[in-house]
Amino acid sequence: MTATNIQVTTSDSVNQDGYHAFTLGEFEFRRDEYFVYISWPTGQHMMSIDSFLRALQRDVAWDFFYGIVNFDGVFGTVNHYGTVDIFAGRYNDAYRKAELDYSENHETPVIREAFKSILADWTNATFDPFASPHETGAAWGVKNGDNISAITRRRVAANRMVAVPGDEQIRTDESGFPVNRHFKDVDQGEPILEPEPGFEDEVVAFSLFAYLSRSDVTWNPSVVSACKDSLFCPTTEEYILPIIHGNDRVEWFVQLSDQITWDVEDRDTGAVRSRVTMKAGDVCAMPADIRHQGYSPKRSMLLVWENNSSKIPELIASGQAPTYPVEF
Amino acid sequence: MGNPTKGGGVEHASYTTKFGSLASFDKGGVDLINDDARHYAFSNIFEVASKSQPWEKVAVAKNFEYVLEVVRAEGTSPWSTAAHDQFAVCMDGAITVELVKLADSPLADDAEGSVTLGGEPEGARMGKIHLRHGHQALLPAGSAYRFVTAHPSVLMIQTIAGPETQFRWAEICQTV
Ligand SMILES: [Fe+2]
Repeated sequence: MTATNIQVTTSDSVNQDGYHAFTLGEFEFRRDEYFVYISWPTGQHMMSIDSFLRALQRDVAWDFFYGIVNFDGVFGTVNHYGTVDIFAGRYNDAYRKAELDYSENHETPVIREAFKSILADWTNATFDPFASPHETGAAWGVKNGDNISAITRRRVAANRMVAVPGDEQIRTDESGFPVNRHFKDVDQGEPILEPEPGFEDEVVAFSLFAYLSRSDVTWNPSVVSACKDSLFCPTTEEYILPIIHGNDRVEWFVQLSDQITWDVEDRDTGAVRSRVTMKAGDVCAMPADIRHQGYSPKRSMLLVWENNSSKIPELIASGQAPTYPVEF
Repeated sequence: MGNPTKGGGVEHASYTTKFGSLASFDKGGVDLINDDARHYAFSNIFEVASKSQPWEKVAVAKNFEYVLEVVRAEGTSPWSTAAHDQFAVCMDGAITVELVKLADSPLADDAEGSVTLGGEPEGARMGKIHLRHGHQALLPAGSAYRFVTAHPSVLMIQTIAGPETQFRWAEICQTV
Protein backbone atom coordinates (compact mmCIF):
# COMPACT_ATOMS: atom_id res chain seq x y z
CA MET A 1 0.00 0.00 0.00
CA THR A 2 1.17 3.50 -0.72
CA ALA A 3 0.36 4.79 2.75
CA THR A 4 -1.07 3.53 6.00
CA ASN A 5 -2.34 6.64 7.71
CA ILE A 6 -4.75 7.98 5.13
CA GLN A 7 -8.38 7.05 4.46
CA VAL A 8 -7.96 6.08 0.80
CA THR A 9 -5.21 3.94 -0.67
CA THR A 10 -4.44 2.48 -4.07
CA SER A 11 -2.24 -0.58 -4.25
CA ASP A 12 1.27 -0.03 -5.62
CA SER A 13 1.04 -3.00 -7.95
CA VAL A 14 -1.76 -4.63 -9.89
CA ASN A 15 -3.07 -8.18 -9.52
CA GLN A 16 -2.67 -10.88 -12.17
CA ASP A 17 -5.72 -9.51 -14.01
CA GLY A 18 -4.18 -6.03 -14.20
CA TYR A 19 -6.33 -4.20 -11.64
CA HIS A 20 -5.36 -2.17 -8.58
CA ALA A 21 -6.89 -2.85 -5.16
CA PHE A 22 -8.28 0.05 -3.14
CA THR A 23 -9.07 0.77 0.47
CA LEU A 24 -11.42 3.36 1.93
CA GLY A 25 -11.27 3.37 5.72
CA GLU A 26 -11.65 -0.28 6.70
CA PHE A 27 -13.32 -1.25 3.41
CA GLU A 28 -11.20 -3.04 0.81
CA PHE A 29 -12.09 -3.41 -2.88
CA ARG A 30 -10.57 -5.87 -5.36
CA ARG A 31 -11.68 -7.04 -8.81
CA ASP A 32 -10.88 -9.90 -11.12
CA GLU A 33 -12.30 -10.86 -14.50
CA TYR A 34 -15.91 -11.30 -13.33
CA PHE A 35 -16.31 -10.01 -9.80
CA VAL A 36 -15.68 -7.28 -7.26
CA TYR A 37 -14.70 -8.46 -3.78
CA ILE A 38 -15.62 -6.06 -0.96
CA SER A 39 -14.42 -6.73 2.57
CA TRP A 40 -14.86 -4.92 5.89
CA PRO A 41 -14.01 -5.86 9.50
CA THR A 42 -17.09 -8.06 10.03
CA GLY A 43 -17.57 -9.62 6.61
CA GLN A 44 -17.08 -9.81 2.89
CA HIS A 45 -19.19 -9.65 -0.23
CA MET A 46 -19.05 -10.38 -3.97
CA MET A 47 -20.88 -8.69 -6.81
CA SER A 48 -20.83 -9.03 -10.59
CA ILE A 49 -18.35 -6.41 -11.85
CA ASP A 50 -20.89 -5.40 -14.50
CA SER A 51 -23.54 -4.54 -11.89
CA PHE A 52 -20.99 -2.97 -9.58
CA LEU A 53 -19.54 -0.60 -12.19
CA ARG A 54 -23.01 0.45 -13.40
CA ALA A 55 -23.98 1.24 -9.79
CA LEU A 56 -20.68 2.95 -9.00
CA GLN A 57 -21.05 5.14 -12.10
CA ARG A 58 -24.44 6.44 -10.87
CA ASP A 59 -23.24 7.01 -7.32
CA VAL A 60 -20.26 9.04 -8.59
CA ALA A 61 -22.18 10.94 -11.29
CA TRP A 62 -25.01 11.85 -8.91
CA ASP A 63 -22.58 12.79 -6.14
CA PHE A 64 -24.36 10.23 -3.90
CA PHE A 65 -27.85 11.43 -4.90
CA TYR A 66 -30.75 11.73 -2.42
CA GLY A 67 -30.72 9.29 0.48
CA ILE A 68 -29.50 5.72 0.01
CA VAL A 69 -27.83 4.22 -3.05
CA ASN A 70 -27.94 0.44 -2.56
CA PHE A 71 -25.62 -1.34 -4.99
CA ASP A 72 -27.50 -4.53 -4.05
CA GLY A 73 -29.10 -5.90 -0.88
CA VAL A 74 -25.84 -5.58 1.08
CA PHE A 75 -23.53 -2.77 -0.03
CA GLY A 76 -24.18 0.93 -0.60
CA THR A 77 -23.97 4.58 0.48
CA VAL A 78 -26.11 7.07 2.41
CA ASN A 79 -25.85 10.74 1.53
CA HIS A 80 -25.76 13.18 4.45
CA TYR A 81 -24.98 16.11 2.12
CA GLY A 82 -21.43 16.89 3.22
CA THR A 83 -20.57 13.46 4.50
CA VAL A 84 -21.46 10.02 3.18
CA ASP A 85 -21.94 6.68 4.96
CA ILE A 86 -20.49 3.66 3.21
CA PHE A 87 -22.18 0.54 4.54
CA ALA A 88 -22.44 -3.24 4.36
CA GLY A 89 -25.57 -5.01 5.60
CA ARG A 90 -26.96 -1.81 7.16
CA TYR A 91 -30.27 -2.09 5.28
CA ASN A 92 -30.45 -5.88 5.35
CA ASP A 93 -32.64 -7.44 8.02
CA ALA A 94 -30.53 -10.61 8.44
CA TYR A 95 -27.23 -8.73 8.70
CA ARG A 96 -28.77 -6.37 11.24
CA LYS A 97 -30.19 -9.16 13.38
CA ALA A 98 -26.84 -10.99 13.26
CA GLU A 99 -25.14 -7.68 14.18
CA LEU A 100 -22.83 -8.12 11.19
CA ASP A 101 -23.73 -4.84 9.55
CA TYR A 102 -20.98 -2.26 9.28
CA SER A 103 -20.87 1.41 8.35
CA GLU A 104 -18.30 4.21 8.12
CA ASN A 105 -18.87 7.92 7.64
CA HIS A 106 -16.51 9.87 5.35
CA GLU A 107 -16.24 13.45 4.18
CA THR A 108 -17.85 13.56 0.73
CA PRO A 109 -14.62 14.53 -1.13
CA VAL A 110 -12.81 11.50 0.34
CA ILE A 111 -15.35 8.90 -0.75
CA ARG A 112 -15.89 10.72 -4.05
CA GLU A 113 -12.18 10.47 -4.91
CA ALA A 114 -12.00 6.82 -3.80
CA PHE A 115 -15.00 5.84 -5.93
CA LYS A 116 -13.73 7.82 -8.94
CA SER A 117 -10.38 6.06 -8.71
CA ILE A 118 -11.98 2.62 -8.60
CA LEU A 119 -14.30 3.46 -11.51
CA ALA A 120 -11.42 4.76 -13.63
CA ASP A 121 -9.12 1.80 -12.95
CA TRP A 122 -11.73 -0.94 -13.36
CA THR A 123 -13.67 0.35 -16.41
CA ASN A 124 -12.11 -1.06 -19.58
CA ALA A 125 -12.12 0.55 -23.01
CA THR A 126 -14.87 -1.85 -24.12
CA PHE A 127 -17.39 -0.83 -21.44
CA ASP A 128 -19.60 2.23 -20.93
CA PRO A 129 -21.37 1.89 -17.54
CA PHE A 130 -23.99 4.53 -18.55
CA ALA A 131 -25.04 2.68 -21.71
CA SER A 132 -27.72 0.03 -22.05
CA PRO A 133 -26.39 -3.53 -22.47
CA HIS A 134 -27.14 -3.42 -26.22
CA GLU A 135 -25.10 -0.26 -26.68
CA THR A 136 -21.84 -1.26 -25.05
CA GLY A 137 -19.34 -4.05 -24.87
CA ALA A 138 -18.65 -6.08 -21.78
CA ALA A 139 -17.24 -5.14 -18.38
CA TRP A 140 -15.58 -8.55 -18.02
CA GLY A 141 -12.03 -9.65 -18.52
CA VAL A 142 -8.51 -8.60 -17.74
CA LYS A 143 -7.44 -4.97 -17.78
CA ASN A 144 -7.88 -3.55 -21.28
CA GLY A 145 -7.38 0.20 -21.52
CA ASP A 146 -9.79 2.70 -20.01
CA ASN A 147 -12.90 4.72 -20.92
CA ILE A 148 -12.33 8.01 -19.13
CA SER A 149 -14.47 10.13 -21.46
CA ALA A 150 -17.51 7.86 -20.91
CA ILE A 151 -17.22 7.81 -17.13
CA THR A 152 -16.59 11.55 -16.75
CA ARG A 153 -19.48 12.87 -18.86
CA ARG A 154 -20.51 16.36 -17.76
CA ARG A 155 -23.66 16.28 -15.66
CA VAL A 156 -26.42 18.38 -17.18
CA ALA A 157 -28.13 20.71 -14.67
CA ALA A 158 -30.24 23.62 -15.88
CA ASN A 159 -30.47 26.63 -13.56
CA ARG A 160 -33.76 27.90 -14.97
CA MET A 161 -34.65 25.78 -18.01
CA VAL A 162 -32.95 24.10 -20.93
CA ALA A 163 -32.84 26.47 -23.93
CA VAL A 164 -32.87 29.67 -21.86
CA PRO A 165 -29.99 31.84 -23.15
CA GLY A 166 -26.90 31.22 -21.00
CA ASP A 167 -28.37 27.99 -19.55
CA GLU A 168 -28.13 24.36 -20.73
CA GLN A 169 -28.88 24.07 -24.45
CA ILE A 170 -30.88 21.58 -26.50
CA ARG A 171 -29.20 18.47 -27.93
CA THR A 172 -28.52 18.18 -31.66
CA ASP A 173 -26.59 16.01 -34.11
CA GLU A 174 -24.04 18.81 -34.29
CA SER A 175 -23.55 18.90 -30.51
CA GLY A 176 -22.88 15.16 -30.52
CA PHE A 177 -26.27 13.84 -29.45
CA PRO A 178 -27.92 11.83 -32.25
CA VAL A 179 -31.42 10.44 -31.77
CA ASN A 180 -31.26 7.14 -29.90
CA ARG A 181 -32.12 3.99 -31.87
CA HIS A 182 -35.22 3.39 -29.68
CA PHE A 183 -36.56 6.92 -30.26
CA LYS A 184 -36.19 7.28 -34.04
CA ASP A 185 -39.98 7.84 -34.24
CA VAL A 186 -39.97 10.79 -31.80
CA ASP A 187 -40.87 14.09 -33.51
CA GLN A 188 -37.80 16.33 -33.64
CA GLY A 189 -39.69 19.58 -34.27
CA GLU A 190 -38.94 22.44 -31.86
CA PRO A 191 -41.61 24.91 -30.65
CA ILE A 192 -42.15 28.01 -32.75
CA LEU A 193 -41.23 31.15 -30.82
CA GLU A 194 -42.49 34.64 -31.65
CA PRO A 195 -40.76 36.90 -29.11
CA GLU A 196 -41.32 40.64 -29.27
CA PRO A 197 -38.05 42.61 -29.51
CA GLY A 198 -36.31 42.65 -26.12
CA PHE A 199 -38.08 39.55 -24.78
CA GLU A 200 -35.95 36.90 -26.51
CA ASP A 201 -34.50 35.77 -23.15
CA GLU A 202 -37.91 35.10 -21.59
CA VAL A 203 -40.01 33.79 -24.46
CA VAL A 204 -38.36 30.38 -24.41
CA ALA A 205 -39.45 26.80 -25.01
CA PHE A 206 -37.90 23.54 -26.19
CA SER A 207 -38.98 20.03 -27.10
CA LEU A 208 -38.52 17.99 -23.93
CA PHE A 209 -39.30 14.76 -25.80
CA ALA A 210 -36.76 15.49 -28.57
CA TYR A 211 -34.22 16.40 -25.90
CA LEU A 212 -34.77 13.08 -24.13
CA SER A 213 -34.74 11.12 -27.38
CA ARG A 214 -31.13 12.30 -27.79
CA SER A 215 -29.90 11.32 -24.34
CA ASP A 216 -26.83 9.07 -24.65
CA VAL A 217 -27.12 7.62 -21.12
CA THR A 218 -29.58 5.51 -19.16
CA TRP A 219 -30.84 5.92 -15.58
CA ASN A 220 -29.30 9.35 -15.08
CA PRO A 221 -31.82 11.98 -13.91
CA SER A 222 -30.64 15.49 -14.74
CA VAL A 223 -32.31 18.85 -14.20
CA VAL A 224 -34.12 20.50 -17.13
CA SER A 225 -36.13 23.09 -15.17
CA ALA A 226 -36.24 24.52 -11.65
CA CYS A 227 -39.12 26.21 -9.83
CA LYS A 228 -37.21 27.18 -6.65
CA ASP A 229 -36.45 23.76 -5.03
CA SER A 230 -38.79 21.87 -7.37
CA LEU A 231 -36.60 20.11 -9.92
CA PHE A 232 -37.68 18.35 -13.12
CA CYS A 233 -35.10 15.58 -13.52
CA PRO A 234 -36.13 13.56 -16.58
CA THR A 235 -34.09 10.58 -17.71
CA THR A 236 -34.20 7.81 -20.29
CA GLU A 237 -34.40 4.28 -18.98
CA GLU A 238 -33.55 0.93 -20.55
CA TYR A 239 -32.90 -2.44 -18.92
CA ILE A 240 -32.53 -2.28 -15.10
CA LEU A 241 -31.87 0.64 -12.75
CA PRO A 242 -28.35 -0.32 -11.62
CA ILE A 243 -29.00 0.69 -8.03
CA ILE A 244 -31.83 0.20 -5.54
CA HIS A 245 -32.72 3.74 -4.48
CA GLY A 246 -33.66 4.20 -0.82
CA ASN A 247 -35.58 7.43 -0.29
CA ASP A 248 -34.91 10.05 2.39
CA ARG A 249 -37.83 12.09 1.03
CA VAL A 250 -40.82 11.49 -1.21
CA GLU A 251 -39.96 11.52 -4.89
CA TRP A 252 -42.41 11.38 -7.76
CA PHE A 253 -42.37 9.64 -11.12
CA VAL A 254 -44.26 10.73 -14.24
CA GLN A 255 -43.98 8.13 -16.99
CA LEU A 256 -43.66 10.18 -20.16
CA SER A 257 -43.40 7.29 -22.62
CA ASP A 258 -43.51 3.51 -22.73
CA GLN A 259 -43.47 1.45 -19.54
CA ILE A 260 -41.44 0.77 -16.40
CA THR A 261 -42.11 -1.76 -13.65
CA TRP A 262 -40.86 -0.96 -10.16
CA ASP A 263 -40.09 -3.36 -7.35
CA VAL A 264 -40.76 -1.54 -4.08
CA GLU A 265 -39.33 -2.77 -0.80
CA ASP A 266 -39.14 -1.52 2.76
CA ARG A 267 -36.20 0.88 2.87
CA ASP A 268 -34.66 -0.51 6.06
CA THR A 269 -35.35 -4.27 5.88
CA GLY A 270 -35.79 -5.01 2.18
CA ALA A 271 -39.18 -6.67 2.78
CA VAL A 272 -41.35 -6.50 -0.34
CA ARG A 273 -44.10 -3.84 -0.24
CA SER A 274 -45.44 -3.58 -3.78
CA ARG A 275 -44.91 -3.80 -7.49
CA VAL A 276 -45.75 -0.70 -9.51
CA THR A 277 -46.45 -0.70 -13.24
CA MET A 278 -46.27 2.72 -14.88
CA LYS A 279 -47.49 3.44 -18.40
CA ALA A 280 -47.37 6.66 -20.41
CA GLY A 281 -49.14 9.42 -18.46
CA ASP A 282 -49.09 7.59 -15.13
CA VAL A 283 -48.03 9.50 -12.01
CA CYS A 284 -46.85 7.75 -8.85
CA ALA A 285 -45.14 8.76 -5.60
CA MET A 286 -42.31 6.80 -4.06
CA PRO A 287 -42.82 7.14 -0.28
CA ALA A 288 -39.92 8.24 1.93
CA ASP A 289 -39.61 4.89 3.73
CA ILE A 290 -39.14 2.58 0.74
CA ARG A 291 -36.51 1.59 -1.79
CA HIS A 292 -37.15 0.91 -5.43
CA GLN A 293 -35.60 -0.59 -8.53
CA GLY A 294 -37.04 -0.17 -12.03
CA TYR A 295 -37.18 -2.38 -15.13
CA SER A 296 -37.66 -0.83 -18.57
CA PRO A 297 -38.10 -3.34 -21.45
CA LYS A 298 -37.81 -0.63 -24.12
CA ARG A 299 -35.95 2.66 -23.69
CA SER A 300 -38.52 4.92 -22.03
CA MET A 301 -38.81 8.53 -20.91
CA LEU A 302 -39.28 9.01 -17.17
CA LEU A 303 -39.74 12.33 -15.39
CA VAL A 304 -38.27 12.09 -11.91
CA TRP A 305 -39.58 15.00 -9.87
CA GLU A 306 -37.56 15.99 -6.81
CA ASN A 307 -37.91 18.50 -3.99
CA ASN A 308 -34.32 19.60 -3.38
CA SER A 309 -35.04 21.37 -0.07
CA SER A 310 -32.36 20.56 2.49
CA LYS A 311 -34.90 20.72 5.34
CA ILE A 312 -36.78 17.58 4.25
CA PRO A 313 -34.58 14.62 5.34
CA GLU A 314 -34.56 15.82 8.95
CA LEU A 315 -38.32 16.54 8.94
CA ILE A 316 -39.02 13.01 7.75
CA ALA A 317 -36.37 11.26 9.87
CA SER A 318 -37.71 13.00 13.00
CA GLY A 319 -41.31 12.12 12.21
CA GLN A 320 -42.40 15.74 11.82
CA ALA A 321 -43.38 15.08 8.22
CA PRO A 322 -45.10 11.92 6.95
CA THR A 323 -43.31 9.38 4.74
CA TYR A 324 -46.08 9.52 2.15
CA PRO A 325 -46.93 12.57 0.06
CA VAL A 326 -50.62 13.31 0.63
CA GLU A 327 -53.35 12.50 3.11
CA PHE A 328 -56.72 11.43 1.74
CA MET B 1 -29.98 -4.60 -36.75
CA GLY B 2 -27.82 -4.73 -33.69
CA ASN B 3 -24.10 -5.00 -33.60
CA PRO B 4 -23.05 -8.34 -32.07
CA THR B 5 -19.60 -6.93 -31.36
CA LYS B 6 -21.23 -4.45 -28.99
CA GLY B 7 -23.86 -5.87 -26.65
CA GLY B 8 -23.77 -9.26 -28.33
CA GLY B 9 -27.48 -9.47 -29.18
CA VAL B 10 -29.58 -8.67 -32.21
CA GLU B 11 -32.14 -5.86 -32.06
CA HIS B 12 -35.22 -4.93 -34.05
CA ALA B 13 -34.73 -2.64 -37.03
CA SER B 14 -37.13 -0.11 -35.49
CA TYR B 15 -39.03 0.55 -32.28
CA THR B 16 -42.33 2.26 -31.55
CA THR B 17 -42.40 4.81 -28.74
CA LYS B 18 -45.69 4.77 -26.87
CA PHE B 19 -47.12 8.06 -25.59
CA GLY B 20 -50.50 8.63 -23.99
CA SER B 21 -53.20 11.06 -25.10
CA LEU B 22 -56.74 12.13 -24.23
CA ALA B 23 -57.98 9.85 -26.98
CA SER B 24 -55.90 6.85 -25.99
CA PHE B 25 -54.21 6.05 -22.74
CA ASP B 26 -53.47 2.87 -20.89
CA LYS B 27 -53.12 2.96 -17.12
CA GLY B 28 -50.86 0.83 -14.95
CA GLY B 29 -51.19 0.59 -11.19
CA VAL B 30 -49.85 -0.57 -7.85
CA ASP B 31 -49.93 -4.30 -7.08
CA LEU B 32 -49.97 -4.39 -3.30
CA ILE B 33 -48.07 -7.02 -1.39
CA ASN B 34 -47.82 -5.32 1.99
CA ASP B 35 -48.77 -1.65 1.71
CA ASP B 36 -51.57 0.91 1.31
CA ALA B 37 -52.25 2.08 -2.24
CA ARG B 38 -52.90 5.63 -1.03
CA HIS B 39 -49.22 5.99 -0.09
CA TYR B 40 -48.42 6.04 -3.82
CA ALA B 41 -51.12 8.51 -4.96
CA PHE B 42 -51.19 6.73 -8.33
CA SER B 43 -53.08 8.53 -11.10
CA ASN B 44 -52.92 9.14 -14.84
CA ILE B 45 -52.57 12.57 -16.42
CA PHE B 46 -54.86 11.82 -19.38
CA GLU B 47 -57.54 10.27 -17.21
CA VAL B 48 -57.47 13.33 -14.92
CA ALA B 49 -57.66 15.68 -17.91
CA SER B 50 -60.49 13.67 -19.46
CA LYS B 51 -62.56 14.25 -16.30
CA SER B 52 -61.62 17.90 -15.72
CA GLN B 53 -63.39 21.08 -16.72
CA PRO B 54 -61.37 23.29 -19.10
CA TRP B 55 -58.57 25.21 -17.33
CA GLU B 56 -59.05 23.63 -13.90
CA LYS B 57 -55.67 23.22 -12.18
CA VAL B 58 -55.75 19.70 -10.74
CA ALA B 59 -52.79 18.55 -8.63
CA VAL B 60 -51.51 15.10 -9.59
CA ALA B 61 -48.33 15.32 -7.50
CA LYS B 62 -47.38 17.27 -4.38
CA ASN B 63 -44.13 17.54 -2.43
CA PHE B 64 -44.53 20.00 0.47
CA GLU B 65 -45.50 23.31 -1.20
CA TYR B 66 -44.66 22.21 -4.74
CA VAL B 67 -47.16 20.61 -7.11
CA LEU B 68 -47.57 19.30 -10.61
CA GLU B 69 -50.90 20.46 -12.00
CA VAL B 70 -52.75 18.89 -14.92
CA VAL B 71 -54.86 21.24 -17.02
CA ARG B 72 -57.39 20.30 -19.66
CA ALA B 73 -56.78 22.96 -22.29
CA GLU B 74 -59.82 23.78 -24.41
CA GLY B 75 -60.53 27.07 -26.18
CA THR B 76 -58.97 30.19 -24.66
CA SER B 77 -57.96 30.35 -21.00
CA PRO B 78 -58.34 33.35 -18.71
CA TRP B 79 -55.13 35.30 -18.12
CA SER B 80 -53.07 34.09 -15.14
CA THR B 81 -49.89 35.11 -13.37
CA ALA B 82 -47.47 33.86 -10.71
CA ALA B 83 -44.68 35.54 -8.74
CA HIS B 84 -42.26 32.71 -9.57
CA ASP B 85 -41.25 30.84 -12.70
CA GLN B 86 -43.54 28.04 -13.80
CA PHE B 87 -43.09 25.53 -16.61
CA ALA B 88 -45.75 24.12 -18.90
CA VAL B 89 -45.36 20.83 -20.79
CA CYS B 90 -47.77 20.06 -23.63
CA MET B 91 -48.64 16.40 -22.99
CA ASP B 92 -51.21 16.16 -25.80
CA GLY B 93 -52.41 18.36 -28.66
CA ALA B 94 -51.15 21.82 -29.57
CA ILE B 95 -51.28 24.95 -27.44
CA THR B 96 -50.30 28.56 -28.03
CA VAL B 97 -48.98 30.52 -25.05
CA GLU B 98 -49.41 34.31 -25.08
CA LEU B 99 -47.21 36.33 -22.73
CA VAL B 100 -47.50 39.90 -21.38
CA LYS B 101 -45.00 41.64 -19.08
CA LEU B 102 -47.31 42.78 -16.27
CA ALA B 103 -46.92 46.50 -15.56
CA ASP B 104 -48.27 45.96 -12.07
CA SER B 105 -48.54 42.45 -10.59
CA PRO B 106 -51.31 41.91 -8.02
CA LEU B 107 -49.07 39.38 -6.25
CA ALA B 108 -46.48 39.83 -3.50
CA ASP B 109 -42.95 38.79 -4.48
CA ASP B 110 -43.18 35.68 -2.27
CA ALA B 111 -46.72 34.67 -3.33
CA GLU B 112 -47.04 30.98 -4.19
CA GLY B 113 -48.91 29.48 -7.11
CA SER B 114 -50.80 31.00 -10.00
CA VAL B 115 -53.86 33.23 -9.86
CA THR B 116 -56.38 34.23 -12.51
CA LEU B 117 -56.38 37.90 -13.49
CA GLY B 118 -59.70 39.67 -14.09
CA GLY B 119 -59.88 40.85 -17.69
CA GLU B 120 -57.01 41.87 -19.96
CA PRO B 121 -53.51 42.34 -18.52
CA GLU B 122 -51.79 45.72 -18.76
CA GLY B 123 -48.21 45.70 -19.94
CA ALA B 124 -45.92 45.09 -22.88
CA ARG B 125 -46.60 42.15 -25.14
CA MET B 126 -43.73 39.67 -24.73
CA GLY B 127 -44.68 37.35 -27.56
CA LYS B 128 -46.15 33.94 -28.31
CA ILE B 129 -45.00 30.34 -28.11
CA HIS B 130 -46.55 27.58 -30.21
CA LEU B 131 -46.28 24.29 -28.32
CA ARG B 132 -46.87 20.85 -29.74
CA HIS B 133 -46.66 17.38 -28.19
CA GLY B 134 -43.75 17.07 -25.76
CA HIS B 135 -42.76 20.75 -25.83
CA GLN B 136 -41.99 22.63 -22.61
CA ALA B 137 -42.33 26.42 -22.13
CA LEU B 138 -41.09 28.81 -19.49
CA LEU B 139 -43.88 30.88 -17.91
CA PRO B 140 -41.66 33.65 -16.53
CA ALA B 141 -42.19 35.05 -13.03
CA GLY B 142 -44.26 38.24 -13.13
CA SER B 143 -45.66 37.67 -16.60
CA ALA B 144 -49.30 37.28 -17.49
CA TYR B 145 -50.06 34.31 -19.70
CA ARG B 146 -52.94 32.63 -21.37
CA PHE B 147 -53.33 29.47 -23.43
CA VAL B 148 -55.20 29.07 -26.72
CA THR B 149 -56.10 25.76 -28.34
CA ALA B 150 -58.07 24.72 -31.37
CA HIS B 151 -58.69 21.21 -30.00
CA PRO B 152 -58.78 19.75 -26.46
CA SER B 153 -55.19 19.41 -25.29
CA VAL B 154 -53.38 18.61 -22.04
CA LEU B 155 -50.84 20.62 -20.03
CA MET B 156 -48.69 19.58 -17.10
CA ILE B 157 -47.52 22.57 -15.05
CA GLN B 158 -44.50 22.60 -12.71
CA THR B 159 -45.47 25.12 -10.04
CA ILE B 160 -46.29 25.77 -6.37
CA ALA B 161 -49.72 25.10 -4.87
CA GLY B 162 -51.83 28.25 -4.99
CA PRO B 163 -55.36 29.35 -4.16
CA GLU B 164 -56.72 27.81 -7.37
CA THR B 165 -55.00 24.42 -7.13
CA GLN B 166 -57.59 21.64 -6.95
CA PHE B 167 -56.86 18.66 -4.69
CA ARG B 168 -59.09 15.69 -5.40
CA TRP B 169 -56.85 12.75 -4.51
CA ALA B 170 -59.69 10.41 -3.56
CA GLU B 171 -61.22 10.90 -6.99
CA ILE B 172 -58.11 10.60 -9.12
CA CYS B 173 -55.93 8.08 -7.23
CA GLN B 174 -55.92 4.34 -6.84
CA THR B 175 -57.20 3.66 -3.30
CA VAL B 176 -57.17 -0.14 -3.00
FE1 LIG C 1 -35.46 7.01 -6.98
